[in-house]
Amino acid sequence: MTAAYDWVSGIVDWAIADWSHPGEPDRGILARLLEHMRLSYVSILIGLAIALPLGLACVRWRPVYPPVLTGVNVLYSVPSIALFFLMLPYTGFSDWTAIIPLALYTLVILLPNVVDGLRQVPEHVRQAAVAMGFGPLRRLVFVEVPVAVPVIIAGLRVASVATISMVSVASLVGLGGLGQLIVSEGFRRQFDAPIVVGIVLTVGLALVTDAVLVITQRLLTPWAYAGKGRSARKRAARAEAADAGDDAVTSGTVSDHGESP
Amino acid sequence: MNVLTLLVEWFSDPAQWTGSAGIPARLGEHVHYSLLGLLLSTVIAVPVGLLTGHTGVGGFLTTSLANFARALPTIGVLFLIVLLAGIGLVPVVCALVALAVPPILVNTHEGVRGVDPRLRDAAVGMGMRGREVLFKLELPVATPLILMGMRTAAVQVVATATIAAYVGVGGLGRYIVDGQARQDLSMLLGGSVLVVGLAVVTTLLFAGLRRLLVAPGLRAEAAATR
Repeated sequence: MTAAYDWVSGIVDWAIADWSHPGEPDRGILARLLEHMRLSYVSILIGLAIALPLGLACVRWRPVYPPVLTGVNVLYSVPSIALFFLMLPYTGFSDWTAIIPLALYTLVILLPNVVDGLRQVPEHVRQAAVAMGFGPLRRLVFVEVPVAVPVIIAGLRVASVATISMVSVASLVGLGGLGQLIVSEGFRRQFDAPIVVGIVLTVGLALVTDAVLVITQRLLTPWAYAGKGRSARKRAARAEAADAGDDAVTSGTVSDHGESP
Repeated sequence: MNVLTLLVEWFSDPAQWTGSAGIPARLGEHVHYSLLGLLLSTVIAVPVGLLTGHTGVGGFLTTSLANFARALPTIGVLFLIVLLAGIGLVPVVCALVALAVPPILVNTHEGVRGVDPRLRDAAVGMGMRGREVLFKLELPVATPLILMGMRTAAVQVVATATIAAYVGVGGLGRYIVDGQARQDLSMLLGGSVLVVGLAVVTTLLFAGLRRLLVAPGLRAEAAATR
């Protein structure tokens, strides 16, 4: 019991001592955490910025969707560690070496959710919008996208957890935020404290991000939680549980993708 | 120098294809670790998933644990296990199992849970007992989702087995680690391409397995709803 206590308190002491170094902004745990947040959030946002228009195009022109989805799935089966190394000759040691593969991986989760979210807008809602004089663009922005928000955010939640845990793999090519703690400070020096701190902070960041997305969804779609909100939540839960893809078992709603280092 | 010509040169060097550091030997090691990890995870995750899915007991706990496990950074888990337990095959396989169990478990659980209640009623109406309902109805209907979970897990395992080379065992990751250490770009890229190839072959294998194992009626249904 005391051994376990000593182990934990030793790790906490190390974490406090190495949290930040005044005058050296690039060193310390805080700097790695901020780098981790930068790499993962930029990747997720770029993924979303691609998935939204691509999803709209797939809904608008139906035949486009199957080949695009297959392409995204093939890309996803490329291991991230290999993709990081294959990026090296082109992007060197810049952030893009991590961001481009990570952003592409989020598509396998985000794209099916955007498409499904838009497709499940009830026909009577669409017709009501038309009857009220909404043009196609206004209908899209003020009716269809808001109705799709719960499903899109369900996808964002899965994608962000996967991305945040995958960023660490990029530390093998010298990037990777908290992964740097794990690889260069922990493993290469045979020292367990940085590894534990790296794991705990990565999981913590994933959980906090997830909570922020849940709150965002509540703020964006207050109607989903007023009274008959169950169906939206159920749908979101299902989107998380099933797997993605070309195999239309769950009518295309995907995403049980964790990380693929 | 062009990346493609580097790769062609590396792959066409006959020295790559023989000996204990040759491509066939490294590929064999990689497949060995991956299969071991995947089989162990399947043996653990499928029965548990079938049980929680069939009875509904512990379903929330199972899925929450699996979601938590998904947030774990794999290399952190691998390096920590190796640091605490020493270098060898066992820590590597442990880390691979920790990685592969969640997707298989969640998909098995959800697959059994998601069986149409009308089908379950029909099975009970035909006089099936709990065990028969599970193995004659729920398992076959859940098979596509279980296989999908296994595919996700397998691709991750193949990818992560690469990191095994960082902790001193073999596999295709050796090319990446040694290539990095010797600043040998062609070796590093060659190793990466081999890992990608193995991952793609894995995906194709599961597509074949799906054809083999999923009942024809279910396949027709899946095609119809597409």
